[in-house]
Amino acid sequence: MIATDSKVLLSLRGVKAFYGNIAALKGVDLDIREGEIAALIGSNGAGKSTLMMTIFGDPRAREGVISFDGRDITSMPTHAIARLGLAQSPEGRRIFPRMTVFENLQIGAAIGDPRYFDASLERVYAIFPRLKERSGQSGGALSGGEQQMLAIARALMNRPRLLMLDEPSLGLAPLVVKQIFEAIADLNRREGLTVFLVEQNAYHALKLADRAYVMVNGLITLSGPGRDLLAMPEIRAAYLEGGR
Amino acid sequence: MEIFLQQLINGVTLGSIYGLIAIGYTMVFGIIGMVNFAHGDIFMLSTFIALILFLALTQILGVSSVALSFVLAMVAAMALTSLWSYMLERLAYRRLRKSFRLAPLISAIGASIFLSNLVYVLQGPRNRPAPSLFDAVIKVTHGGGYDVTLSAKQILIVLVTALLLAAFWVVVQKTPLGRAQRACAQDMRMAALLGIDVDRTISFTFVIGGALAAVAGVLYILYYGVVNSGDGFIPGVKAFTAAVLGGIGSLPGAVVGGLLIGLIETFWAAYISSDYKDVAAFSILAATLVFMPSGLFGRPDVEKV
Ligand SMILES: Nc1ncnc2c1ncn2[C@@H]1O[C@H](COP(=O)(O)OP(=O)(O)O)[C@@H](O)[C@H]1O
Ligand SMILES: [Mg+2]
Repeated sequence: MIATDSKVLLSLRGVKAFYGNIAALKGVDLDIREGEIAALIGSNGAGKSTLMMTIFGDPRAREGVISFDGRDITSMPTHAIARLGLAQSPEGRRIFPRMTVFENLQIGAAIGDPRYFDASLERVYAIFPRLKERSGQSGGALSGGEQQMLAIARALMNRPRLLMLDEPSLGLAPLVVKQIFEAIADLNRREGLTVFLVEQNAYHALKLADRAYVMVNGLITLSGPGRDLLAMPEIRAAYLEGGR
Repeated sequence: MEIFLQQLINGVTLGSIYGLIAIGYTMVFGIIGMVNFAHGDIFMLSTFIALILFLALTQILGVSSVALSFVLAMVAAMALTSLWSYMLERLAYRRLRKSFRLAPLISAIGASIFLSNLVYVLQGPRNRPAPSLFDAVIKVTHGGGYDVTLSAKQILIVLVTALLLAAFWVVVQKTPLGRAQRACAQDMRMAALLGIDVDRTISFTFVIGGALAAVAGVLYILYYGVVNSGDGFIPGVKAFTAAVLGGIGSLPGAVVGGLLIGLIETFWAAYISSDYKDVAAFSILAATLVFMPSGLFGRPDVEKV
């Protein structure tokens, strides 16, 4: 669903972030509208993961403004930002390895209303039935694909308004990638969930995205509907054919 | 054989106390990767708190039931000691968490000196005697001119320890706060992304560690009958050794390590030399750090120090 006129849910203006004195984000402007799938692509080291984490205040934006649902979140503590309804499946998945799948999901629901826990659990088990089979297993014993499913499921347990996914396809078999992208598309289509997707696997991401951003060296250099970007020769050359 | 049995009983008693203290070391290390050097002094402080409360209850307020006074003093000591432990983290450690690695350690050593001196100033340098409670002694067996005894105190100490460890285990494994605690110990930044208030969870860790140290303090003074302001150090080091031996960061490790240290210490004193019983703990600490740094239950992958 292209929703150019719907409300802006997340907006960044002139956001800069640093590691020590090295700038990783050099003034990022970006809007994500309610109900859309937004994709951010860029090569390794461009600053995509930094952007995802900076939205959560870790590292904190040193300049610029980040707002969510009209509210300035630039200097809020990370956990308070999460409580507004942003959830992230971060780079590397970061499953709690010495907790079971079920406990990982419980932690995902830590700030949710306990009355909806069972319903949330049913919902993520319906999306990823594999997790239900594995619910008693420890997170560290899962395969890469299962860990990714768990990371997404964990992020969904709080019933977020914005789901942020950092490279969900990294290192996974094509079949698993397909399954995960279908699940994302489904969530967006059926529940109107807003999704912000970071990918190096640009083809899938651009195909799925209502709006896409290209990041180079800490700056957004290009944006537009995903399919338009997919058609651009320079994008194809940089992120599809030549790339990974 | 009789001597052996007696030492076993004594060792388990002592080991219970070390285990309770060791949990505070191991939990704090597990979550923020620092050795809380002041934890032994928190333990020492709790013995004074409990002693003063107990005397106030029995002698000033005139509570006649010893058991009731004992329970009340213990619960109140747990609450007050937790508060101290909480304040310690808030005032001395929190701001230094993002500083260089040694900063909180140095602050902890400072806090340790502060606490033992505070008690020294307020309570004086002398040993403080505690009223003798639960003095009944059971003769277990007799042999070779030697009575093997089990005192009411020892039974109480082991029972209270077992009960509190069970309660503690349920809190850590089954409650949302316990779950958040474990999540933060595994990946603090991820826990924050999920909306968990990491600062609050760390405070909770210090509160729990303080409460268990207070239980240890109450049992310690019950067992030994005296305490002074310097008594945080040696039991603190032994409990820390227990945590390292068990594998620092591991909760079952802390308990098992505590029991082992208690047993080693009593057997050492009985069979080798009671003058040098503290040497045993220090030697084990050094040997564990050199030969088995991840301890009995530790994971070799922990790299937090
Ligand atoms: N924790 C860190 N400390 C220092 N530099 C970092 C850290 N994380 C990332 N960087 C640097 O910041 C830049 C952007 O990294 P990142 O956001 O991970 O890029 P991407 O996700 O697009 O691959 C890179 O140059 C990377 O080396
Ligand atoms: Mg990245």
